[in-house]
Amino acid sequence: MIWVDTIIQGILLGGLYGLFAAGLSLVFGIMRLVNLAHGDLIVMGAYLILVLVTLLGLSPFIAVLLAMPLMFALGWGLQKFVLNRTLGDDILPPLLVTFGLSIVLQNALLEGFSADSRRLPTDALTTASVQVGPIALGVMPLLTFASAIVVIIALNQLFYRTSLGRAFRATSDDPVTASLMGINPTHIFSVATGIAMIIVTIAALYLGLRSNFDPSIGPARLIYAFEAVIIGGLGSLWGTLVGGIIIGVAQTVGAAINPEWQILAGHIAFLVVLLIRPRGLFPRSHD
Amino acid sequence: MALLQTEGLTAHYGDFQALFGVDIILNEAEVVAIIGANGAGKTTLMRSIAGILRNAPDMVRFDGASIGARPADEIMAQGVAMVPEGRKLFPSLSVEENLLIGTYGRKTKGHWSLETVYQLFPILRERRNNPGTALSGGQQQMVAIGRALMSNPRVLLCDEISLGLAPVVIKDIYKALPVIKAAGASLILVEQDIGQAMAMADRVYCLMEGRVTLSGSPESLSREAIHNAYFGAMA
Repeated sequence: MIWVDTIIQGILLGGLYGLFAAGLSLVFGIMRLVNLAHGDLIVMGAYLILVLVTLLGLSPFIAVLLAMPLMFALGWGLQKFVLNRTLGDDILPPLLVTFGLSIVLQNALLEGFSADSRRLPTDALTTASVQVGPIALGVMPLLTFASAIVVIIALNQLFYRTSLGRAFRATSDDPVTASLMGINPTHIFSVATGIAMIIVTIAALYLGLRSNFDPSIGPARLIYAFEAVIIGGLGSLWGTLVGGIIIGVAQTVGAAINPEWQILAGHIAFLVVLLIRPRGLFPRSHD
Repeated sequence: MALLQTEGLTAHYGDFQALFGVDIILNEAEVVAIIGANGAGKTTLMRSIAGILRNAPDMVRFDGASIGARPADEIMAQGVAMVPEGRKLFPSLSVEENLLIGTYGRKTKGHWSLETVYQLFPILRERRNNPGTALSGGQQQMVAIGRALMSNPRVLLCDEISLGLAPVVIKDIYKALPVIKAAGASLILVEQDIGQAMAMADRVYCLMEGRVTLSGSPESLSREAIHNAYFGAMA
């Protein structure tokens, strides 16, 4: 029974990694931009929620709603004024610029909030659990997983049911031909990064509620997100969630065998998937 | 006054100059053919008009306004739509989505809608849920033309719409052009295959090595003159 429990906890943990990864997957899928600052932006989102909670005395679940439009605006501006200038035939400039941004963010957070580890204020909800047969499921992990599902359903609806979603896919296919349809690709990119930042904010909420955070933990979240995206196959949002679940399960199973193996097991699972399916589990048919 | 006009249009790819002062005129309700061999600058001319290549403002004028320096999405919004060379359907979009995205930047009501495009090319209605790239070459060309029509453009630029298609399919595609013209669009047809374009056009320009070497109405031009303008007098 303990194994079933471990695997279910791993799946739920995968929801968190899916949330970390969904924004990264969205941005990479539309503009082939690998945002190395993604993890640090999640951490920054957590601090933003913390500031709103502290200043306005709000519940984190209310504060996140305020943080979302702020983060959208930040992502929109970041793309419009910085990242759009780095896009082109050369893949190096966006990597260098987002790597630099990652360092700037870490140090700015360190200046502003010190190296102390922080946590979003928790209430009874965070420690509550529901009993399903012999297994106790934490309400917070369930909520995280449900949020990941909702985010991915919402993104899929946006992509496949709306005019903006068509423009996203067309721009991803071929930005020059998209401009002949009256689409301004740089504007589409800015909106996409803004939406990715809304998902980052949701990921930040659960990051901050479930564990401690400090300015230095961004890059590790980036690695998990990266691995989830690659395992799932570039461009597939459901694949990204599956990738997150695989890493989550590998980590909890690894930890159950030996607590030292938790992180390592996730990385090994990633390498094994890459060996068997180099293009990920659900790659796009064309690229 | 001309609806669309280029004046001394030059274009460069890095150090390479592709157009050397091209002057062409398209009047309202007119069909103009631009013919020329591979590398004559026909596609470069289309890309310059459509705004994919930026030029000095006055080099391209549309409806009295200088649009040479405007980006492609703004030019499309003003009513200049292009059927690009090689069709360029969006592989991630279904046939119907490919058509619908044609209205993204310009939602002008007019003759053309999903319904009238399906009437023009009935086969597309049957294939509406297929991915655009699952179609035959001729059907893909129909999608590309329909996609450009969806915005009810005032000028339709057709870049090599017969390229790589069987003669019988080309005939089918060209049958649509009189309908498109009757619905109110002025057309520029770029072709290597002279026959179809000449039969349809009110006026012809021949390009060679980035310059206009011949122009006039199809009846006024002798085969020999066209041959010389197309291949050069020495050929």
